[in-house]
Amino acid sequence: MNKNYFEIIRAGINTTFQDLGRDNLYHIGIPFSGAMDNRNFLLSNKLVKNNLNSPVLEFAYLGPSLRYHGEKISIAVTGDVNFKLKKEQKIIEGNCYESYLIENGDEIDILSTNKSVYGYLAISAEFDLNFQWKSCSVNTKANIGSNNGKKVSDNQKFQIKNLNNDYSKKKINYFNSKIEKIRVIKGTNFDYFSDKGKKLFFEREFMISKLSDRMGMRLEGPKIENVVDTNIKSEGLLKGVIQITADGFPIIMLSDHGTIGGYPKIGVVISADYDKLVQIPSGAKIKFQEIELSDAETLFRLYEMETQNLISRI
Amino acid sequence: MIKNISNLGDAALYCDFGKEVNKETNSTVIRYFKTLKHRKIIGINNLTPSYNKLIISYDLKKTNFKDIKKIVENISIDQKEDLSSNKIEIPVCCEESLSLDIERLEKKLNLNRDKIFDNFFSKEYFCYMTGFIAGMPFLGDLDNLLRAKRLETPRVKVPKGSVGLTEQFANIYTSESPGGWNIIGNSPLGIFDKKKEQKPNLINPGDIVVFKKINIDQYKKYNE
Repeated sequence: MNKNYFEIIRAGINTTFQDLGRDNLYHIGIPFSGAMDNRNFLLSNKLVKNNLNSPVLEFAYLGPSLRYHGEKISIAVTGDVNFKLKKEQKIIEGNCYESYLIENGDEIDILSTNKSVYGYLAISAEFDLNFQWKSCSVNTKANIGSNNGKKVSDNQKFQIKNLNNDYSKKKINYFNSKIEKIRVIKGTNFDYFSDKGKKLFFEREFMISKLSDRMGMRLEGPKIENVVDTNIKSEGLLKGVIQITADGFPIIMLSDHGTIGGYPKIGVVISADYDKLVQIPSGAKIKFQEIELSDAETLFRLYEMETQNLISRI
Repeated sequence: MIKNISNLGDAALYCDFGKEVNKETNSTVIRYFKTLKHRKIIGINNLTPSYNKLIISYDLKKTNFKDIKKIVENISIDQKEDLSSNKIEIPVCCEESLSLDIERLEKKLNLNRDKIFDNFFSKEYFCYMTGFIAGMPFLGDLDNLLRAKRLETPRVKVPKGSVGLTEQFANIYTSESPGGWNIIGNSPLGIFDKKKEQKPNLINPGDIVVFKKINIDQYKKYNE
């Protein structure tokens, strides 16, 4: 065993290695995967001066607790996360968007995300992982990616390599703003639904179901009546696509989605709202708002500009 | 030819090749797919061909709907594009314990199981597309007599290797997955191998598949 490694004391409920994911594989049934919240993923790597596409640990709700063994490195946590650093002599309440030096024997205890879902832990080194199709991203449904395509589990040890010796403190002030309305472009089967169904879709609240995961977000709310056919000929899906299943409820495709589906598409979440959408926890309510393509493109340019500004300020 | 191009959200082109699902339409979809794949157009990060659609997704940081649409509208499709049709034989065991929905199908189709199996194993099938889960082939067309709807309540777990029927299509579950197809048997043959990054799929769009019935002893010994 290499002398520098992390030991997982508590894995958390949904802790996986993620990077930007893998592209150009939809045609054989493999989705992008990759970090759910792209902006927070990038910021975590920048805070530890990594290549922005380096693998990080993504966790949901309850995070992992890890003990570090080895030479000094720095770490950073992003998202809206409660965590503690346990050092020999003291316990430090951790702040997100701030790098911390950690030494042999220190523990990082990521207690929970706060009214959000995903958080990220980046280290100023590389986790020593296997890649598949040039990405470490773990897709637990297909068992693709590093760690044999599985979640991290208790007592596992992960070696690290290529330590970065520059562990000067990095910090940025950033607040994860909440989103009230998810903006949506009409889907290719929008006219499959009754006038009342369309109206309900844009006027009523939907609650995020507990059955949501990295594959998809299920919603509970008024039934959306289909007046044409509850099936279409199976065709490609994308992250952000909102299908209405045969029972009349929406399901939004997320990073590990099936690549082909046969339910009608009522809408697609705009790219600019994707990072915020995935952070809405189960039990919370959302509303949809219709938007035109050209506005969605502008909003994405602004969102991307903001992300780049944040990265460059670190 | 593409009948209509629209946007699917802000980061994908939705190309509709017409309502008909047949080999001719699907072959055109596959020709577009292959041509675009070879061209490696900047910004395109995924192509998803299906029966009669092609979805082209792109990185909104690098391009946009208008530009990709223009490229797709003006692309010349090589009609001679090799549709590489390999012929692949898939062993399937239909023993009671593996043929999960045969009783239900007998009732739905009003045919006894011998007739269902004889009909199913006597034909060649065309691979329209792969996906949903990694490597899953969508094969057609089933004889009119074998066409049934999906299960009313999908299974939470369909075993790996299961061969399922729905409407005019057959498929093979390449890994354990939720699913609603009528399962008639199980293949011991690996259809998807993630270790072969260059060629993980045994069956690709355009390929011809024949199913061969094997008994339970052959099934059990297959991977010994």
